[in-house]
Amino acid sequence: MEFFHKPTSFPFMATRKVWYGLSIVLMVVSIASLATRGLNLAIDFTGGVTVEAAFPQTANTDAVRARLAAAGFRDPQVQNFGSSRDIMIRLPPQGGETSAEISAKVEPALKAVDPGAEIRSLDVVGPQVGGELERSAAWALTFTLLLIFGYIAFRFNTWRLSLGAIVAVIHDPVLVLGVFSIDRTSFDLAVVAAVLAVVGYSLNDTVVVFDRIRERFHVSRRMAPAAVLDQSINQTLSRTIMTKVVTAIVVVALLVFGGPVLRGFSEALLIGIIAGTYSSIYISSAIALDCGLTAEHIFPTVKKTAVDHMP
Amino acid sequence: MLEYARWKYILIAAVLALAVLFALPTVFGEDPAIQMVMRDHTPISVATEHSVEQFLSERSVHYTKTYLDNGRLMIRFPSVAEQLKGRDAVTSKFSDQYLIALSFAPRVPAALRMLGLKPMPLGLDLRGGLYLLYQVDVQSAVHQLLEGYSQDVRRALTGANLSFTDVTLVAANDSPQQNGIRVSLPAGTNASAVRDVVAKTVPDFQVSILTLPSGSAVQGVLPPAKVREREDYALEQNLTTLRNRVNELGVAEPIVQRQGLDRINVQLPGVQNSAEVKDLLGKVATLEFRLVDVNGNPFEAQQTGHAPAGTKLYHMKDTGQPILLKREIIATGDELTTASYATTQQGPTVNVRLDARAGERMLETTRNNLNRPMAVVYIEKRPETKEVDGKKVTQLVTDEKVISDATIRGVFSNTFDITGMNAGEARDLALLLRSGSLAVPLYPVEEQVVGPSLGQDNIDKGIDALVIGMAGVFVFMAIYYRVFGVVADLVLLANVVLLTALLAMFHSALSLPGIAGIILTVGMAVDANVLIYERIREELRNGVSPQAAIRAGFDKALSAIADSNITALFAGVVLWVLGTGPIRGFAVVLTLGIATSMFTALMGSRALVTLLYGGRRKIARLPI
Repeated sequence: MEFFHKPTSFPFMATRKVWYGLSIVLMVVSIASLATRGLNLAIDFTGGVTVEAAFPQTANTDAVRARLAAAGFRDPQVQNFGSSRDIMIRLPPQGGETSAEISAKVEPALKAVDPGAEIRSLDVVGPQVGGELERSAAWALTFTLLLIFGYIAFRFNTWRLSLGAIVAVIHDPVLVLGVFSIDRTSFDLAVVAAVLAVVGYSLNDTVVVFDRIRERFHVSRRMAPAAVLDQSINQTLSRTIMTKVVTAIVVVALLVFGGPVLRGFSEALLIGIIAGTYSSIYISSAIALDCGLTAEHIFPTVKKTAVDHMP
Repeated sequence: MLEYARWKYILIAAVLALAVLFALPTVFGEDPAIQMVMRDHTPISVATEHSVEQFLSERSVHYTKTYLDNGRLMIRFPSVAEQLKGRDAVTSKFSDQYLIALSFAPRVPAALRMLGLKPMPLGLDLRGGLYLLYQVDVQSAVHQLLEGYSQDVRRALTGANLSFTDVTLVAANDSPQQNGIRVSLPAGTNASAVRDVVAKTVPDFQVSILTLPSGSAVQGVLPPAKVREREDYALEQNLTTLRNRVNELGVAEPIVQRQGLDRINVQLPGVQNSAEVKDLLGKVATLEFRLVDVNGNPFEAQQTGHAPAGTKLYHMKDTGQPILLKREIIATGDELTTASYATTQQGPTVNVRLDARAGERMLETTRNNLNRPMAVVYIEKRPETKEVDGKKVTQLVTDEKVISDATIRGVFSNTFDITGMNAGEARDLALLLRSGSLAVPLYPVEEQVVGPSLGQDNIDKGIDALVIGMAGVFVFMAIYYRVFGVVADLVLLANVVLLTALLAMFHSALSLPGIAGIILTVGMAVDANVLIYERIREELRNGVSPQAAIRAGFDKALSAIADSNITALFAGVVLWVLGTGPIRGFAVVLTLGIATSMFTALMGSRALVTLLYGGRRKIARLPI
C-alpha cells in the first residue's frame, strides 16, 4: 500500500504568499484572543480554594457538585478521597472573600445534601505556583529556541534555515494556544505538556525537510532554489503524511477513549500535528527561501576551490 | 549480501534481555495496599502479622496477601474499595501503636522483589496521593546570621572599649533584603578602630566607614555570594529535615525535592490523611532546658510585665500559671542525639539522650543545683495567616510553654525522661526531635490531595487509550509496509520495553505529561522507520537492486534521523534541566525516549532486516 505511488510535484513555493497571509491572519487572531480573552486556566494555575469535608454516609459527589454550582461557585471539582465518606472540593479563586465567608457559603450547600456533613478544613491556595511555572517555562523555552537556532545553523551552515525552523516552532504552539483561547477548553498542566510535544513534532518535521533540502542542493547546485525546495518537500511528502497518520491514530485514540482528563491534552496534540505538517511545508522552508537561501549558503564554494588546488 | 557485525547482534540481544528484566515488575503492576509501621520503628513481628490477618478476616475485609518488608507490614487488597474498608478497620484498632498509610504494593513475584527490581513509579496525578509545596523562609536564615554577627560585634566593641550608639541590621547596596549591619557611632569615636574590630570579628563582611547626616557609622555588608550560600545552606538543611520526617512517617516511595531557590516539593503517593501529615512536616518544635528562678515573684512579673534581671517569664502548659526561668539555657533540642517515645508509670514519656557537650553541662548543672527545680520548655513555631487591611499576611507565631518543672532529685548527665504531655504530643515530640529541627520556617504554598479513585480512573482510561492507539499503529504499519511494517512493529515494541525499563531503573515517576512524552517518542520512533522505508522505496523506484536499496535506505535516512533526534534531544535536555514539575516530567521521558528510539530504529531495525534479507543471494521483490 502506498499513498503516492508516483513521485508528486506540487508547486508548493509558488503559492507561499497565500499561505503567509493565512498564517499571519491565524497568528493575529490567536494572539489577539490570547491578549484579550486569555486562556481558560484550570485550578492548577489560578490557585483557589480547597475544602475537605466529611459525610456521615457515602457522599453523593454529583449532588454536592450541583449544590455548589447553585450556590454560585463556578466549575466546582468534587472528588472522593481517603474513603467514600470523605470528599475533596476544589473551587476557583473567590475574589477577595475570606475563608470564613467562603466557608459560610460552602457549608449550607453541603448540609443541604446531608445535614450531617461537616467541613474538616478549608484552605485558600495561592496562585504563585502558576507564576513560577510560567517563569521557568519561559526560560526553558527561550534557551531551547536559542540552542535549536545554533544547532541548525551549525549543521546546515546557514542562519536562514534556523530562522525558518524557529518561526515554525513558534507558529504551531501559538496556534494551539489560540484555539484553546477561542474555544475555552480548560487549560491545565497536561495541556502544557501537549504543547511541548507539539513543539517537538514541529521541529522534527522541519528538520527532516531541511535534511532533504541539503541533499537536493548538494546534488543539483544549479537548480533554482524554489524548485529545489519544491522537489525536497515533494520527495518527503509521503513520509510526512505517513508519520502524521500514525501519530494521529494514537492521538485520536486518546481523544476518544482517554476520558475527560485527557481531552484538552489530546485536542492540543491533534491541532498541533495538523499545524506542524502545514508549517513544515509552507512556513519553515518558505521563510528560508525568502531570506535568499541558495546552494551557496549550505555548501560554500571556498572549500571546493581548496580541493581543486590539490595536486 | 548485507552484513551486520556479530557484536551488534549480541549487544542488541543483551540490552533487550536486561530491559525485559527491568520492565517485568511494571508489567506485573501494583495492588492497592496498606502499610503499617510501628510508631517507635521496631520491626513488626510475624505474630503481629497474624493478628492483623485474623482481625481483617473477623471484620470480613478481603485482602490478597500480607507480607513483611524491612520491618513494615504490607497488606495487599484486590480493590481500592476493600483497601479503604481495610484502612478504616485497621485504624480503629491499631492506630495508637502503628502509623497506617494507604500505599501501593508491587505484585511482582518474591524472587524479583529480592533482586530489588521495582515497577516504574506512577506520578501523583495517576495514582493519587498528597502533594505539598513549601516556601522556605530563606531570608530569615540570613536574618538569624546577621543577628548573631551583631551580637558578636557588640561584644567585641565593648571588649575593645570602643563606644557606639547602636548596632542595627540594614539592607545595603540596593539589596531587597537585609544583608549587613551598621554600627552608629557617637561623635569623636575612632571610626577606623571600629572598622578594624568589625572586620576582625566578622571576616566575611565588606566593611566601610559612612558619613551620615546623623554622624559617622561603620557598615559591614555580606557579599551576595555569602548571602546566597547562607540561604542555600538553610534550604538544604530543611530539605534533610523534611526527608527525615517523611521517612519517619513510613510512606512508601516519597519524593522530597528542592524546587528553585527557595521551595521544597513533597510528594507522598497513596497518603490521603493530609491534615496529620501536614501538621507534622511543617512543625518547628524544639525543647529548652532551664533552671527555675525561685527568688523572683512570677505573679508580680506577670502584672508589671517586667521579669527580674536574668530571668524570663513563662507560663505552665496545663494550668497557665506564670513561672520565672533563668535566662541561661542548659541544653536545647538541637543537642539531642536520640529521642524515643515510651509509656511509663508517669504517663507518656519522651526518653532523650544528649550529645557529649550538653551532657557535661547537664551533669554540672544538676550537681550544683540538687533539690532545686528545673523546667522543660516546649517551643513551637507555626505560620499563621491573618488578614491585615484586607491583605493576607503570614506570620510566624511562637508558642513557648513549660511542659514540666521538676525538682532535681539526683545527678544525671546525658540520658533522662521528659514527662508532662499527652500521648499524641509525646509521640510527635519524639519524632520531631529525632528528625532534627528545621533551620528556618516553612510555609505551605500549595497542597493538593489527589483521590485514588480519580487516579485509578485516569490511569485505566489513559492506558486503555494508549494501548488501543498503539494497536492501531501496529495494524496500520503492517498493512502499509507489510513485512517491513512488522519489523517496525517489533522494533517499536522493543522501544516501549526499553523506555519502561529505563524509567523503572531511574525510578522516575510517570505522570500525565510523561505520557505526552511517550506519545511524542513513539511518533519519532515510527518516523525513523518511515524515513528508512520511504528511502528504500525511492531507491527501488529508481531501479536499484533490493539489497542495495536496503543499504542505501538505511544510510541515506541516517542524517535526517540523527538531525531531527538531536534537535529534539537538545529540547529535552534543556527542559529537563530548567523545567519544573510537569515540564520536567515530560522532558525526562522525551530525553530517555529519544535515546531508546535511536537505538531501536537504527540498530534493532537494521539487525532484523539484515537477518531477514541479508543472507539470501537473490531477492526478486521486497515486501515493502
